[in-house]
Amino acid sequence: MTSKNMKDKGVSVVFAGEAGQGIDTITLLISKIYKKCGYNVCLTKEYMSRIRGGINSSEIRISKDRVNAYTDTIDFLFALIPEAIEYLKKRITKETLIFKVEPSERYKNTYAAGMLFGLTAISSDIPEQMLRVFLEEKGEQVINKNLETFKKGYEKGRELSEEKAVKINIDASEEVKNEMFMNGTEAIALGCVAGGCNFISSYPMSPATGVFIELVKASDRFDIITEQAEDEISSMNMNIGAWYAGARAIVTTSGGGFDLMTEALSLAGIIESPMVIHIGQRPGPATGLPTKTEQGDLELALYAGHGEFPRIIYAPGSLEECYELAKAAFINADKYQMPVFLLSDQYLLERSYNIPVINVSEEKINQNIIKTEKDYKRYQFTDNGLSPRGIPGYGDGLVCVDSDEHDEDGHLTEDCDLRVKMIHKRRKKLDLALQNSIMPEFIGNPDYKILLLGWGSAKNSIIEALRLCKRNDLAFLHFKQVFPLPPETKKLLTKAKKLVAIENNTNGQLARLIRTEFCINIDKNILKYDGLPFSADKLAKEIGEL
Amino acid sequence: MDAKIFDMPCADIAWCPGCGNFLILKSLKDALTELDIKPENLVMVSGVGSASKTPHYIRANVFDGLHGRILPPACAIKAVNPELTVVAVGGDGDMYGEGGNHLIHAIRRNSNITNIVHNNMLYCLTRKQASPSSSYGLITPVQTHGVTEEPFNPVAIAISAGATFVARAFCTDTEKTKEIIKKAILHKGYSLVDVLMPCVTFEVNSYKWFKENSYYLEQTDKVFSREEAFKKAIEIEKLPLGIFYIQEGKATFEENQTAYKDNKTPLVFREISRGKMINDLLHSYT
Ligand SMILES: Cc1ncc(C[n+]2csc(CCOP(=O)(O)OP(=O)(O)O)c2C)c(N)n1
Repeated sequence: MTSKNMKDKGVSVVFAGEAGQGIDTITLLISKIYKKCGYNVCLTKEYMSRIRGGINSSEIRISKDRVNAYTDTIDFLFALIPEAIEYLKKRITKETLIFKVEPSERYKNTYAAGMLFGLTAISSDIPEQMLRVFLEEKGEQVINKNLETFKKGYEKGRELSEEKAVKINIDASEEVKNEMFMNGTEAIALGCVAGGCNFISSYPMSPATGVFIELVKASDRFDIITEQAEDEISSMNMNIGAWYAGARAIVTTSGGGFDLMTEALSLAGIIESPMVIHIGQRPGPATGLPTKTEQGDLELALYAGHGEFPRIIYAPGSLEECYELAKAAFINADKYQMPVFLLSDQYLLERSYNIPVINVSEEKINQNIIKTEKDYKRYQFTDNGLSPRGIPGYGDGLVCVDSDEHDEDGHLTEDCDLRVKMIHKRRKKLDLALQNSIMPEFIGNPDYKILLLGWGSAKNSIIEALRLCKRNDLAFLHFKQVFPLPPETKKLLTKAKKLVAIENNTNGQLARLIRTEFCINIDKNILKYDGLPFSADKLAKEIGEL
Repeated sequence: MDAKIFDMPCADIAWCPGCGNFLILKSLKDALTELDIKPENLVMVSGVGSASKTPHYIRANVFDGLHGRILPPACAIKAVNPELTVVAVGGDGDMYGEGGNHLIHAIRRNSNITNIVHNNMLYCLTRKQASPSSSYGLITPVQTHGVTEEPFNPVAIAISAGATFVARAFCTDTEKTKEIIKKAILHKGYSLVDVLMPCVTFEVNSYKWFKENSYYLEQTDKVFSREEAFKKAIEIEKLPLGIFYIQEGKATFEENQTAYKDNKTPLVFREISRGKMINDLLHSYT
């Protein structure tokens, strides 16, 4: 290990141990400290579905340049239990420095943190101060014990640095110090708040529960009604009822929970209710791998619910997109009176890194709700298919919605001609939404030969891989709006000699969708479905060989 | 106010002649009239089934959703705008079969809504299959050897789950049913009104059978304790009618929301202006 390569590439540090050893807590704290000291930091968690035992590992990347993806490479491994080394053997190379934390240490996590700061030659002032603040509520005794342990670890780290001649001098930057450090969960919840969310009824399911928790935290300040429903069926139906009465509601769940909501999704379709659905994907089928990651539910979101009705699907790939698309989901659900999906996954939701503070406008949320007149018709036919949306108790009209096919008044009908008109009306709204599509993001050389295609959480891994592989015949097209696919993208696809879809699933679901929508075949799929995200370094090798 | 205000003269009514649903509809309209509830402030929530068509025959706001899923949206509507009167109506299949779990949890949630169940002890719209409240031994095209389970007892279940208002009515007695519905609407919290009715088309039970197999609880001012109410609820020789149980003063779902702690304005009428507060929040991540 040379000091030179550390300076350029930064360093990848992994803490591994069993659940209950405080790996989560300490790696989050360490990451925040490095960020406060001016380093770019990216924290990726990987863990088992259990409260105690097993093996969990967290990767902290520390760098002078922005880092926001996962890598396989481990420069330093802090093994809090010996088994962790065997568990991570595929990621360990000759270059990896392994530090075993002595079994006698009580606060192993704090000790290891001390070692890391010692090794990286960060002055112990800021870490100690932040550790103290972090432990404030635990009382003076716990604080002192931890500080003592931290100092011991720090000394050890300094010693090791001498002994192993590890010199790490990554440049810090003033700007980074004032940036935000957050994860996808927090960014989505903030986007919901910015989109005017004021109602959430959900049922816990990893990895999507975090958004629920964040919105509950925000509920005091932002007037949000919150309810943990008896099941997903109830939560989805509650949220649709809330939109009917004039609120802006979201459900957050994972694939299995969403399965239970599909009948109500179809209800939202026919009654033309706005609805926001966040699916934090995880590997299925059924319970699958509850704490791991996958992009396996695009087709679920796309085809869920019986009958034919329009929908929009967004798939954020970065923290900024989590915020922007969550906000857009509320605005467009309201605007087009249809369900809007946000597809995330464990990798996106639980990975933290620093980004510049997001700019927020002061404007108030414009709700597309009208005051009704006496002769109000909820499904009045219009040119563009959108009928002005009234709500009960606001105006002199009556607002009637019905899960049966209905007339303009919202009362049930069995008139087949009217049925056809209603189908056309609902269909037209998709055309409108399509006209205002969120375009995919193009990255790389405009004179590309090979075009990489991706969506959602794979974004940052693909971008870094593209940079690492240093090929200028490659470019990357990142889809944020996965459905409907903006027709303008067709040009970009046909221009490529070769199309390569990169997806965290088994079937290449985006590739299939592109074929269905554009009649364009994808030449190659790079797929990963072992429950782990794409690592930038490994992916760089794969695309380097294309 | 005149009950005509709730009439829907052009409605194409899908109920069979002589159906008890007409009587329940009348009692409901009369109750709403006497309580002076305006159609614009009334939301009728229902699911799927013959009973669930009720909202289409009464001038009101309507949320006619999914089979069995009446109560979750009803609770949400009330929470978003507590100024609305929310009445959820469904059949016994809707409420006690498909929606059984929601029933229990809506009771626990205690939203200030009224739940009227048209209990004909049968699935009618789907043409005669057993419902959870069907009598033991009932023969149908599906239960060809007769129903083998004991009937679901909604009144006993509701009382044991902690419902704050539980009543059983009989559709023929429109005056008494109206009075019960009025009390249910005025009650603050979740109220269940299970209304017995025969199915005249599939000839399951009859007006006469119900008359002979039910009796009214003594209508005194004294309210039953929960234990007394439960004892009455499990009487099945002759079905008791009337109000079994009332618990006053329990906080409702809406009242328990922080959004209503210091501000009584319905959530729906509050301006959503968040820019500055979001900025503060974003800076807490630096
Ligand atoms: C999810 C679902 N399952 C089944 C049905 C078919 N279905 C419609 S009404 C009904 C039962 C009707 O019985 P009940 O609720 O007692 O009402 P009634 O017609 O007797 O008034 C059923 C099973 C449906 N609409 N939706």
